[in-house]
Formats: sequence, structure tokens, C-alpha cells
Amino acid sequence: MSDRSDGRDVLPVLHPFRVVPTRFAPRLRGRHGLLLGLGAVLAAGSAWAQAGAPQLSPLAVIVKWAPLLLTGFAFNIAISLLAMLIGTVAGVGLGLAILSEQPVLRRAAWAVTQFFRNAPWLVLLFFVMFLVPFQVTVLGLRIPLPDWVKATFGFSLPVMANVAEVVRGAVRSVPATQWEAAESLAFTRRQILWRIILPQCVKRMLPPWMNIYALVAMATVQASIVGVSEMLTLTAQVHAAEGGRPELFAPLYGFALLCFFLYCYPIDRWTARMERRFQIR
Amino acid sequence: MAGTAPPAWTPAKPIVQLVDVHKSFGTVEVLKGISLDVRKGEVICIIGPSGSGKSTLIRCINALVPVTSGTIRVEGIEVADPKLDKLALRRKVGMVFQQYNLFPHKTALQNVMMAPIHVLGQDRREVEERARALMRKVRLAGKEDSYPGELSGGQQQRVAIARSLAMRPDVMLFDEVTAALDPETVKEVLVTIRELAEDGMTCLLVTHEMNFARDVADHIYFTDRGVIVEHGPPSTFFTAAQDERTRRFLSQVL
Repeated sequence: MSDRSDGRDVLPVLHPFRVVPTRFAPRLRGRHGLLLGLGAVLAAGSAWAQAGAPQLSPLAVIVKWAPLLLTGFAFNIAISLLAMLIGTVAGVGLGLAILSEQPVLRRAAWAVTQFFRNAPWLVLLFFVMFLVPFQVTVLGLRIPLPDWVKATFGFSLPVMANVAEVVRGAVRSVPATQWEAAESLAFTRRQILWRIILPQCVKRMLPPWMNIYALVAMATVQASIVGVSEMLTLTAQVHAAEGGRPELFAPLYGFALLCFFLYCYPIDRWTARMERRFQIR
Repeated sequence: MAGTAPPAWTPAKPIVQLVDVHKSFGTVEVLKGISLDVRKGEVICIIGPSGSGKSTLIRCINALVPVTSGTIRVEGIEVADPKLDKLALRRKVGMVFQQYNLFPHKTALQNVMMAPIHVLGQDRREVEERARALMRKVRLAGKEDSYPGELSGGQQQRVAIARSLAMRPDVMLFDEVTAALDPETVKEVLVTIRELAEDGMTCLLVTHEMNFARDVADHIYFTDRGVIVEHGPPSTFFTAAQDERTRRFLSQVL
């Protein structure tokens, strides 16, 4: 407050306080998540270190098991990507069926969409796990259906229904005048959809579609309930292998949380950015 | 009203013929018995107050709106026939809209080229050549690669005209094509339509541009509340209107 070096201002004077406007936007970045997660792991580690037991520190446990856990996480991502692929292809078909001019097809597609959109994902998963056999025989050829394949199929059902709804909404959002203009140029209905309407929809569909993907990626841990060896299952097994020590609980599951956060948060930010950009246009 | 054309311009059979066309939306009757003829090379203007059914009338001709009763014939095609081949009809009839309705994800040139390539299955190179010629014709050379969003309203409307012409239609329908434009750009679109008319294109226009109608039209129809109140060549229509409603309308707009 006082500056004695130049001889003036020797008395302690209360200077006017300047309010610096904070421009804090609660926007986390990936590195924040990394730091937070790392901090949590380190804190747990140091807390344990002070206890001074002869076992491995939680950090060491995570380092030791990280390759296995990350393999599990890669499996989660693989399931989510595959479910998204199947669900998107089926969902686009279903969405177009809802827009069909044939009333029977339209109503059936609508009913399917509503059913799978309004069913809990976990229940759908259970249904698929227990209704689909562990192997199918096609032309005398036995094709095994491992649990993760069934789980992938189980996740692709709600994806399909949600994608169908996104497609329907996007097509409906294109002004009717585009249809009229295309019809006056003698385009067929199919040509209008594929050449004129859907290309305009892609931009509108991308943000909600990515949103669905982030949800699927996070939902894949539910596969642990039906015994698929994905990250959460492996985390529980690692925890047990390390003697089920209570102090390992938070670091191990924290690691899983961190992995999902680091994967999903960028997708979320990217989606939000795309939404903003398309809104302006 | 049909077939009452003056002898000065009575060539062959009408290219578009409407006989006693009725159209209802629910309980609201929008067209109450419209009959009119358009002969090859003629320019017909339909004028009248808002809500008089002009747009519905023009949309019936290319089957965007199905009629309730009556007959519409376009080049021998029965439009009101339930077994109508809409695509065959629409290849003969071009239409330009008030809001241009260009395809926003395609460039101006692609907008013009799309229908001939995908609908008529014509050779891409030949279509491109023709499309570039059409862009020059509507005075938009150099704008081929612009997207609709980068063009002014008047420019977009001229692309829409070129897009329609690329199908080589026999008749062109214009549905209040200048109504959404600002006054300066109205002129450039009207010049384009006038040139089209001078080239011998058969045109049916719904318009509020009275001076344009007077200069270009061969015949003017005045509609009010779903009926044709009066019609005639511009020389008599604007100076010697018989009906009270027509006179009142003209006194308001002229």
C-alpha cells in the first residue's frame, strides 16, 4: 500500500479498491479433469503413505493394473462404437420408415421407436442377454455369440430408437417449401429425401447424434452387470485381487471415472461448439 | 369464360386449360369454379386481392394442390385424373416461388443442373453447358459457384428461374415471384421474365406488379374470393373495367 522508495506516500493510505471483473466461465478442459483426478489419486496415495503399511500404495496399484484396466476401457469404447454404428444404420432406416407414406409401415416404425425410446437401457440389456442364445447355427455353421456381442446389440436398440427420432425431427425441420420446389422439378419422393432433404439435415443431426454417443459410451459400464469384462468389471476384480482393501476403493473407481470423463467431456464440448456454430447460420 | 379469346391471337388449342375448377380446404372453398385458357407463347397475368385464391389456382396446375372438382388439362395431361403421372406433368411445367426455395446445400450452378441430371437422366457435361448458358441468360455469369445464402434475393430468384428453365418446360408458372424482393431488385427479376416472354415462353404469372402486367401480359385475369371477376387484354382491362370490384381494386393499386 505504501511505497517508501520515492519518499512520497509514506503514510498508510487506503487506496480506492478497484474491482477487477472476473470473467470466470465454469468451463472445464480435459487437463482440468486430469489434474483433478491426479490430485485425488495422489491425495489418496499420500494419505495411505502416512499410514505406513507394508502393502502397495494405491498409486502403485493403479500403475500396476493400468494396462489391464485400460484394455477394459478400450473394450467399453469398442462396444460403444459398434453399438453406435449398428444403432445409427438401423435408426436411419427406422426414422425414414416413420416418414414413409405407407400408413402400416409408418405406424409400425413409430411404435418400435416409442417402445425402445421409453424402455430403460438396463432392462433392454437384460432382455437381449437372456433372450438371445449364446450361439446361433446358420447353415450348419455354429456362430458363437459372446456376451459382449449381445451387450453391443442390447445397447444398439435404444440408440436405434433415439437416432430414428433425431432423423424424424431433422427431416421435419426442413421447410415444406423445399419439398414443394423439388416436387415441381419432378424429383421422386426418394430422390427428394436422399438428394435434397437429408443432406440438409446432416448438420442439424450431428450434435444430437454425438450427444447420443456420449450417453452410450457412459452406459456401456452397465454391461458389467451382465458379466461382460469391461472396465468396471475389471476394476472390481482388481480391487478383489488386491485384497479388497477399503482405501483402494476410491482410487480405483476414481481412475475409471477419470477415464470416462477424459473420453466424454471433449465430445460434449465439441457437440456444444457445433451446436453454437450451426445456430448462427 | 373459356374460349372467349379475341381473334387477334387465336392459334391452336390451349396449352393449359382450366374448366370449372373448384378447390376446398376443409369447409373453406377457395376456388369456386375457375375457367381459363393459356395458349402457346402467351403471357397470362392473374391479379387480385390477397386471399383470393391466386396462389392455390397456380399450384393446382402442377398438382402441388389437388383440385376438388373440375378439369385441368396441360398439354393433353389430365391433371385432376387420380391416376395422374405427376412426374410427367411436372417435367412440362416449371414453377418459380415467392421465396425462391433454392437448395441451400448446393451452389447456384448445381441447383440449375440437379433436375436435368437426376430427373431427366441427361448427360452431365451437356447439362453443365446448358446451365452455364442459362446463368448467363439470367445475368448471373460469375455467380455459378456461389451458394444461395451468398446471393441477394433478386439473384436467388433468377437462379430459381434458371433452375426451372433447365428442365425445358412448356409452361412456366410464377407465384408472386417479386413479392419478397426489395423494390430495386424487383426490376432485375421482371426484366428476366420479360425476356423469357419475348423468347416465346408460355407464362402464367400471379403478380402484384400492375405496370409489368400491363406491359407484358397478353391477357389479364382478375380474381376475387375464388372466382374470376373479369378478364381481358391489358388495353381494355386497365381502362375499361366493367365490374365494380375490379374498378375498386385497380383504383387502390394503380
